[in-house]
Formats: sequence, C-alpha cells, structure tokens
Amino acid sequence: MSTPTRTGRNVSMTVNGEAVDRHVDPRRTLSDFLRKDCGATGVHVGCEHGVCGACTVLLDGRTARSCCTLAVQAEGSEITTVEGLADGGELHPLQEAFWKHHGLQCGFCTPGILLTVTELLAGNPDPTDDEIREGISGNICRCTGYQFIVDAVRDAAEILRGTGTGTGTGTGTDPTR
Amino acid sequence: MKPAPLDHVRATGLDHAIETLVAAGEDAKILAGGQSLVPLLAMRLAQPTTLVDLGGLRELDYIRDDGDTLEIGAMTRSRTVETSPVVAGAVPLLPAALRYVGHVTIRNRGTIGGSAAHADPAAEVPSVLRALDAELIASGPRGPRTIAARDFFDSFLLTTLEPDEILTAIRIPRQPSGSVVAVEEFARRHGDFALVAVLGAAHIDSSGRIAEVRISIAGAAPTPVRADAAERLLVGRTPTPELVRAAAAAASDATDPGSDIHAPADYRRTLATVLTRRCLTRLVADTERTEAA
Repeated sequence: MSTPTRTGRNVSMTVNGEAVDRHVDPRRTLSDFLRKDCGATGVHVGCEHGVCGACTVLLDGRTARSCCTLAVQAEGSEITTVEGLADGGELHPLQEAFWKHHGLQCGFCTPGILLTVTELLAGNPDPTDDEIREGISGNICRCTGYQFIVDAVRDAAEILRGTGTGTGTGTGTDPTR
Repeated sequence: MKPAPLDHVRATGLDHAIETLVAAGEDAKILAGGQSLVPLLAMRLAQPTTLVDLGGLRELDYIRDDGDTLEIGAMTRSRTVETSPVVAGAVPLLPAALRYVGHVTIRNRGTIGGSAAHADPAAEVPSVLRALDAELIASGPRGPRTIAARDFFDSFLLTTLEPDEILTAIRIPRQPSGSVVAVEEFARRHGDFALVAVLGAAHIDSSGRIAEVRISIAGAAPTPVRADAAERLLVGRTPTPELVRAAAAAASDATDPGSDIHAPADYRRTLATVLTRRCLTRLVADTERTEAA
C-alpha cells in the first residue's frame, strides 16, 4: 500500500465473489487497489488515463476503466476482473476462443478486451464484424492487428449463443455476416 | 501517473456536499463519474486538496419527463441517458450525440452533469445543451439558481458556476414532434474527442419549409458555438443545395477555432463548413424519408 499522506479510508467491495475490506489512501486508483491490495494482477495498467482500455473491469456488471475510477468510488460494488472469468481450471468460452484463434500475442491488452467483449456480447449476442470492431475500439492492442481478436469474438459469440460448434476458420471474411 | 495526495469526502446528501465544498475552500473539486477528473488527477493537471464525491447521491440520478421539459439529474450516467426511451422520445438529439462520447465503458461511468460542468468545448454534451437551449440548475449556500446554457459555458473548461455551487440538474425543452436530428463528427479514431462536431436538429413542416432548425458546433471555439446566423438563413425557407451551402458558410463564420497539435485553425474552420453541410443535408434527407414512409 502507498503511504497514506492524507486521511485514509476503509473501503469494502466484492472482488470476484470474495468480500474485501481494506484501508486505502483516497488517491488509490481502483486498478492499483485491485492489483496491489487484492492481488488481482490480471488487471493490467497501461496508459493510466483512460485511453488504452487494458485496465477494464466489470463494476456491478458494467465495464469501467479501473484507472479512471478511485477505489473509494467503488465502495459497495461488485467487481469482476479477468481472474473471475474462468470456472476453476476451465476457461470461459471467450478465453477459449481467444486461445484458439490466436487473439493475443503478448497478452497485455487481453484482460481488458475479454471484459469489454463480455459486456458487448451480453447486450448484443450476435454482433456484426463492424459492431465487434466498434465494441473493442476503446481497447488498444499493439500486437495482433485486431483481425484475430475479431475472429475470436465472432466465434465465441456463436458458442455462447449455442448455435455453433465454434469451428470457424477465422478468415474474417465470412460473407454471411 | 498517480494522483497527488488528497482528501475524499463521500457526500451523504446535497446539503452535506455543499457544506463540505464551502468548508474545503477553492482547492476542492467535485467528483461525479470521474471520467474527466481522474485522468486530470493522474496527470497532476489538477491537484485538489479535497474531492467531494457525489457518487452516493441517488437523488441526483433521475430522468423526469415534465411534458414540455425533460429534466435529468446531474449524476445520471451517460449510458443511462443514451439508452433511455424517455430521453429518445423527448430530446432525440441527446442520445444521438452521446453515442460519440468516448466508448461504452466511459459512458457507463461518466455522468451528464459531469460532462456539462467539465465544459470541454470539443465534448458533445455541452453542444447539445447549447443547441437545445437547455437550462442548468445549480445549488450552493445561497440556494438554487437556474442558468441558461448560453450563459453557462464561459471559456475553455470554464463555466459560470461559482466555486461553492454544484450542478444538480439539466432541463431540456422537448423537441417538437417530427424533429429530425443529425450529428456529423470528425475524429481521428472512434471514441476520440472530435476535431470538430456539428450537431443539428430540424423540424420541417408539411409544405417542405424549415419551421425550426438548431445547429451547434463543438471543437471550434473555447465554448460550444451556436450557429445563430446560419439558423436565421434557413428558417422559413425550403432547403436547396445552395441554401445549405450558404448556411454552412455562415456556421463556419461563427467559429473561432484555435490551432493545436491535432489540427490548425483553418482546418477546423473547413471541417465546420463541410460537417455543417453534411449535417443539414442529412436532416433534409431524413425528413423526406420519414414523409415517404
């Protein structure tokens, strides 16, 4: 924890289903809180000013930039980080699809993209490629050129809808979409 | 990239928030959704001693349709406003513009009041409020007062709110039924701040004449610009390509853009012309389509 130079505060919230109660410096961002005080190092900190999307988490079921949210603002909320997606040793279908389609190289942007797409697919289970691209437009990936990410999202959407086996080849040019 | 040390007070009510603001003095800042303020804190462009956090004030989170006027509590999240059928029915320009504000993730947390009070001239919400002649309601130790949007935006990131006042609500007159709206924006990437955005709303009567038109421009002056002269050219007339071009030129004349690393002033002025023309062309086309349907 950083040195509390001003009056510290107690904050309570639920992180990946677990109740946490910590004493924090009010300037502590939610991203630092999750990483350093809760051990959720899957929360990646990129630009720290709301541009790159790497630190995206779910706050009460909606995406939030954890670097643009103070820990004290998340008082009483339910947070889900990438650590909360898998079911034990079993990857979430979205994670599985990213793995299958090589939707990541270095993996730095991946946690933020997975959570962004979780929200996207909850609201729009059958997005077009354009909608997928718009949906992830707030998440910067410097490795993949996005095509494999779009392929993975399209495939995961199909699996989550229960309409396919997710065997898409990932050419990104399927004219039926 | 970490905020400087500060105190944080989670307000338990509007009166408590005002008392805290008064007690903390001019170095206090009001924290709404934090989507503009927290990055400024991280870059230490803002170093307030105290944050007065309105996050717990549920009484400022509402959308109320009073018939002639839509009232939105200052702490209502942008995404809530954007997706509200009540808002879409009363003031369709607002959700049309909100789609351009950052990304869904930003709009989930950012508030309508925060965006108005932050007064970024390139932001969409201030331009909507200017276009639709909204009123902003503020509360302070001297009680509530109402400020017209044209008097609210003072300069770059500055409003006429007093340091001890809190924006509590926004009142927007209902757009006439049959209104068409269009937002034309040029940004480097989807979700970035607009280099220039033109927001337009029109009501075209059954004879094809423009009964009402409202045009405002973001990103082209230290405050949002209302293109009054262009509106006067258009009202009562039947739109033609020549008229639209003349109005676009008049709209651009109303701007006062600066030059920065993103674009020189001349480029922004040209964008204002082009985007106004596109915006008006869309308004006319959408009206024809609506009538044909």
